[in-house]
Amino acid sequence: MSRTGLVVAALLPFALPAQTADFVRDVQPLLASSCYGCHGAKAQMGGLRLDAKALAFAGGVAGKSIVPGDPDASPLYQRIAGTSDQARMPMGAKPLAPEQIALVRRWIEQGATWPDGIGAEVAEIRKHWAFVAPRRPELPAKQGSPIDRFVLAKLDREGLRPSPEADRTTLLRRLSLDLTGLPPTPGEVDAFLADRGPDAYERQVDRLLASPHYGERWARFWLDAARYADSDGFEKDKPRFVWFFRDWVIRALNRDLPYDQFIVEQIAGDLLPDATQDQLVATGFLRNSMINEEGGIDPEQFRMEAMFDRMDAIGKGVLGLTIQCAQCHNHKFDPLTQEEYYRMFAFLNNAHESTAAVYTPEQQRKRAELFARMREIEDGLKHRTPDWRERMAAWERQTRGDQPEWIFAKPEVDDISTGGQKYIPLKDGSFLAQGYAPTKHRVKMTLRTEMTGITAFRLELLNDPALPLGGPGRSIYGTSALTEFEVEAAPAADPEKKTKVKFVRATADINLPEAELLPIYRDKSDKRRVTGPIAYAIDGNEDTAWGIDAGPVLRNQPRKAVFNAESPVGFPGGTILTFYLSQRHGGYNSDDNQNHNLGRMRLSMTQAADAAADPLPADVRAILDVPAAQRTPAQEAAVFRHWRTTVPEWHDASEAIAGLWREHPDGASQLVLREREAMRETHLLTRGDFLQPARKVDPGVPAFLHALPETAPKNRLTFARWLVDRQSPTTARSLVNRVWQTYFGTGLVESAEDLGKQAAAPSHPELLDWLAVEFMENGWSLKKLHKHIAMSATYRQSSHVTPELLERDPYNRLLARGPRFRVDAEAVRDIALAASGLLNPAIGGPSVYAPAPEFLFLPPASYGPKTWNEAQGPDRYRRALYTFSFRSVPYPPLQAFDAPNGETSCVRRARSNTPLQALTTLNETVFVEAAQALAARAKREGGATDRDRLSYAFRLCVARPPSAAETDELLGLLARHDARSQDGWTAVARVLLNLDETITKE
Amino acid sequence: MPDARIERTRRWFFEQCGVGLGAIALGHLLGGTARAADPLAPKQPHFAPKARNVIFLFMAGAPSHLELFDHKPQLAKFDGTLPPADLLKGYRAAFINPNSKLLGPRFQFARYGRNGATISELLPHLAQIVDDIAIVKSLSTDAFNHAPGQLLMNTGSQQFGRPSMGAWVTYGLGSESRDLPAFVVFSSGKKGPSGGSSCWGSGFLPTVYQGVQFRGSGDPVLYLSNPPGVDETSQRDSLDTLRRLNEMRQGIVGDPEIATRINSFEMAFRMQTSAPELMDISKESPETLEMYGAKPGASSYANNCLLARRLVERGVRFVQLYHEAWDQHGNLVKDLKQNCADTDRASAALVRDLKQRGLLDDTLVVWGGEFGRTPMVQGGGDDGRDHHPNAFTMWFAGGGTKPGLLLGETDELGFNVTSDKIHVHDLHATILHLLGFDHTKLTYRFQGRDFRLTDVHGHVATKMLA
Repeated sequence: MSRTGLVVAALLPFALPAQTADFVRDVQPLLASSCYGCHGAKAQMGGLRLDAKALAFAGGVAGKSIVPGDPDASPLYQRIAGTSDQARMPMGAKPLAPEQIALVRRWIEQGATWPDGIGAEVAEIRKHWAFVAPRRPELPAKQGSPIDRFVLAKLDREGLRPSPEADRTTLLRRLSLDLTGLPPTPGEVDAFLADRGPDAYERQVDRLLASPHYGERWARFWLDAARYADSDGFEKDKPRFVWFFRDWVIRALNRDLPYDQFIVEQIAGDLLPDATQDQLVATGFLRNSMINEEGGIDPEQFRMEAMFDRMDAIGKGVLGLTIQCAQCHNHKFDPLTQEEYYRMFAFLNNAHESTAAVYTPEQQRKRAELFARMREIEDGLKHRTPDWRERMAAWERQTRGDQPEWIFAKPEVDDISTGGQKYIPLKDGSFLAQGYAPTKHRVKMTLRTEMTGITAFRLELLNDPALPLGGPGRSIYGTSALTEFEVEAAPAADPEKKTKVKFVRATADINLPEAELLPIYRDKSDKRRVTGPIAYAIDGNEDTAWGIDAGPVLRNQPRKAVFNAESPVGFPGGTILTFYLSQRHGGYNSDDNQNHNLGRMRLSMTQAADAAADPLPADVRAILDVPAAQRTPAQEAAVFRHWRTTVPEWHDASEAIAGLWREHPDGASQLVLREREAMRETHLLTRGDFLQPARKVDPGVPAFLHALPETAPKNRLTFARWLVDRQSPTTARSLVNRVWQTYFGTGLVESAEDLGKQAAAPSHPELLDWLAVEFMENGWSLKKLHKHIAMSATYRQSSHVTPELLERDPYNRLLARGPRFRVDAEAVRDIALAASGLLNPAIGGPSVYAPAPEFLFLPPASYGPKTWNEAQGPDRYRRALYTFSFRSVPYPPLQAFDAPNGETSCVRRARSNTPLQALTTLNETVFVEAAQALAARAKREGGATDRDRLSYAFRLCVARPPSAAETDELLGLLARHDARSQDGWTAVARVLLNLDETITKE
Repeated sequence: MPDARIERTRRWFFEQCGVGLGAIALGHLLGGTARAADPLAPKQPHFAPKARNVIFLFMAGAPSHLELFDHKPQLAKFDGTLPPADLLKGYRAAFINPNSKLLGPRFQFARYGRNGATISELLPHLAQIVDDIAIVKSLSTDAFNHAPGQLLMNTGSQQFGRPSMGAWVTYGLGSESRDLPAFVVFSSGKKGPSGGSSCWGSGFLPTVYQGVQFRGSGDPVLYLSNPPGVDETSQRDSLDTLRRLNEMRQGIVGDPEIATRINSFEMAFRMQTSAPELMDISKESPETLEMYGAKPGASSYANNCLLARRLVERGVRFVQLYHEAWDQHGNLVKDLKQNCADTDRASAALVRDLKQRGLLDDTLVVWGGEFGRTPMVQGGGDDGRDHHPNAFTMWFAGGGTKPGLLLGETDELGFNVTSDKIHVHDLHATILHLLGFDHTKLTYRFQGRDFRLTDVHGHVATKMLA
């Protein structure tokens, strides 16, 4: 209030007391000139319209705008006077003059009288079509499938006629490319041509939808939206492990996982009851965000960037709405407030950025078998030892309380010593290593303590959901190596008088035999660098380290080590302790996954004599405090599992189990989300700046979309289910529109990423709604949607175009002809591989290093040296989908044909036509090898005569046989090359692979 | 389509294709459909431009303004003391605790030129041309990590997905080169840029506008050379056959896109000749080579500077040279000496050479990195500086900038800008202005919104203009 008072005081010189503010004379002209542009007939930003009486008083999404008699409670006045904490109006223009503001104030003070009949006679803002849930429209009275009826009705209105059906060969090639991304073989074409049955075409549609390559082709469609890539992005752009997610998408599409479930699992698979590995892997969708680990970053800043990216991906990819504008301010065109943006954000803001170990089905079977055998051995022990419970209890009594008291040391990290890694202090006294990961550093931590008589120091290595596979280390396996552990002590009164603490003994709960470092940790030196028992951490040798890599699963357990001082440490009057944790067993390249650092660690101290590392895992130690009768079976099993290792006569059995662990498969890792236990607070961020949190917001959804179920818990799973609610006005429309775009080149709504108010009107609004409703009512089945489209006469039309029609409808929005355009980047390459016979059709697995010039992955082309071991075996000719994708160094042959690089969600690719594309298909290694292979294949399989061979090669590329004129051209090329003693067949094959028709869906 | 545009397109097709397109095909092409229009056809900007070309010498890693241009005797005086506490309020540093000791300039400065510009002893060649360049000491940015900083400098946003300046310019102006890409990028130094290929990406603009990476050795453009066994005769023969087959198909299906494809192959063929010719600097005079310090066959920043001139001569609009070497957290003295030895001569030679050939008037040369460096020391040994976004120096030459200009001041520690602050957005607005664009009107609609290089920011720095 006082602030308003000040403003009013400032206005006084301009105020003309006692004058009446007349709406028509004074206020309306002012609103018209300054406000109607955004709050009038054309636009209603914030849902507010000020040119119509009913709507002006009704207010916008933020509530009432005019409170008659009380200007200070009227946002209209507050916003133009600049007295609220919201942006001043008019937005982006000069504030109104003080006398104008005073007029508005007075008008409201005097009761805000707005005579009837003045202004626009509009009582409600018509909701934008896309914000009203689709309803099944009436079918037009036309012949044909529902799709065709809508299209024909529109053509009628436009005075156009549809094109005849394309010839069968063209049709099968079109269909094969659309459904599988691969061209038909000549055999498939012949079989279709020979099939005169009335449902021959439908059988082809069914055959192709059932092909495992269908999942590959349409996975790429989804991976664009999921901004899939195999690296972190930003400067380091390290390789990451997400191909399990890619394969999950392929399999999900192949088994026609309903789209609503497909989305729920990707947004919140981890929260589903008894979530399977697949459902956890699906959350890789959100985790596909980039990660900046360049030196000197604030991890929280880039966590927020990743959150914005996830919101953008959900906006474009699922909702079909541009929501990212509202990151910084209320959406200018759609009724989305900034607060609502952060309310949706709050649903996502409560997850750990985790990685999980994941296993192929075969590996899963192996695991199940191993665990069964382990259980068998343990059951055998129990069976043969009927009094095992008593014996275990006796052991527990003896063990419980046998540990000394440890005092957590909470030192400060010396920033200069971290090598750029961030040591984030956690509440439990531990540090979590995040951000840039140097491969060699020696962190220094200091602490002032009043404790004296310190006999030993303990270092705990702890798990954390933010570490690879949960840690406790930071290597890609979640392991670490401690090169050296050193402590210095100095009297607090004389900090420079440091003496090194001499350690006489070190113990740990894991002591592995000496092992040479894995190749990823090699540092190009000729030293023999090894890991081994804990003694290696106090041997003064930089080449030896304490290692914890006990093999799959076991390597990801928390660990501890205790270091005993020769004589008690601590000065009366305080001691400065300096700890050095030397971590120098990483590789040479910190721009790759070569760190071997501790991930989360905690230091403590004791005054007890002869302290040693507790052999009990921390969780088992904790269970001992639970009375035996109250333990869960899992807790009892955990205690037993440890206890049995201490029973001397069971040594062989425990060895056998250890042997089984050595057979455990390594698995892969996958970026996943895991929900945090404690809810993270979400704040509206002023201008989207994470350093400027404003008011706290609760999870929620925008008012202009459908509502959340009232009783549902406010978590990510509820949000996921809300996204695919039958009442969602945009989710199904957005998806069917993008599928349509893939078939026809342009969506029914051209801006596939935005169905909001700024989107151009749909070309066929009823068709869009019909498809959306049909899709949802068909159980969100994508395959049924594909079949609807593929079976339509609209889709089956010839794509030949006359000059008149081209003039009339250059982009084929009216659909008086079939689609004809260049195929996507991946298909350009896959067609060459398929035609030449080089294609390796294997599905799934780690991404492959297709041929590429080496220099691209080395400085100065790349920021850091990247690994690109060009595949020489069968992986050389995998489908383009499997090519390893570094975000900062996109694979050139795909980039040239407009493949997105995964930096942001992409739901509409550009389709360019450039000389670099010509150079690629003419000269790039794989295309050259494909030309050679196609030439050899033509000679080998194509028949006896040049003409036959030519026809065969031609059909391999474009499905149809060549015309006489085309044959003559190519035979001429062959002959001229022969005359020059040049390789004519390869030249012919190269021309064929470069034909416009070869890389075009016709 | 406006008539003038059709006419340009028509002319372009006749001139560029030079191939016997069938009458039907041509009818399609020129039938007034936007689809047939060449996205790279030359276009006029909003008003008469001062600059027609840009050569951006991007000193990636962020050079120290305090050792090169922004001489701070007071910083020397306070060497070894802590900075004033109020200076650090709200300040975030990448690596160091901001409350680290100040580090005096590690090199000597002297005054040069009519305006008495202070230039470091490390830049003897630049010192000789200070009357031809505009030195601006008052740049500032929002980012203090490399990748976001480089993205901001190149795309106006710290986030990925936005078009680069070169892409915007190409989108706005089209291309004057018939057989070279409109936007060419080189990379030299120890590493590639931190922002990766997004630094020259097209973002949401059509991909034809993205920068094309050239390389100093080997194929200058990827996949430029014919495969082994294909000589020029075979290549021409094959392309002619290909063209005739494509024309036949176009006669049947009527799709004008086929004509564009035919044209793409013809331009690729011309590029196979023109790119190697461009790269062959052996015919440059010994004096020119000496001036740059360029060596035929080598791959270096100096060669790239000379190639930038040759590209501009051939109608390439936007050339960007990345030299990633300037991230001196440590080894400040040794590495700065080396970096300047690698770049000073060639950068100055480029300006001289453009001037003597009459190209400087309409070619804007920009030199600078993504941010500056801290007045505070990083590490022991008084030999490093951390990232600093508040103030840094860039220089400009030609293209309508004011020769001999010294613009902007920082405080006595070189920490904050005290006058004529030019934010990265202002720099973008200014560069677009020089190219004849109102930066608020060069827009592209994406996701229901008109985007621009300067987003909602940017003021033309009129003091920089000649």
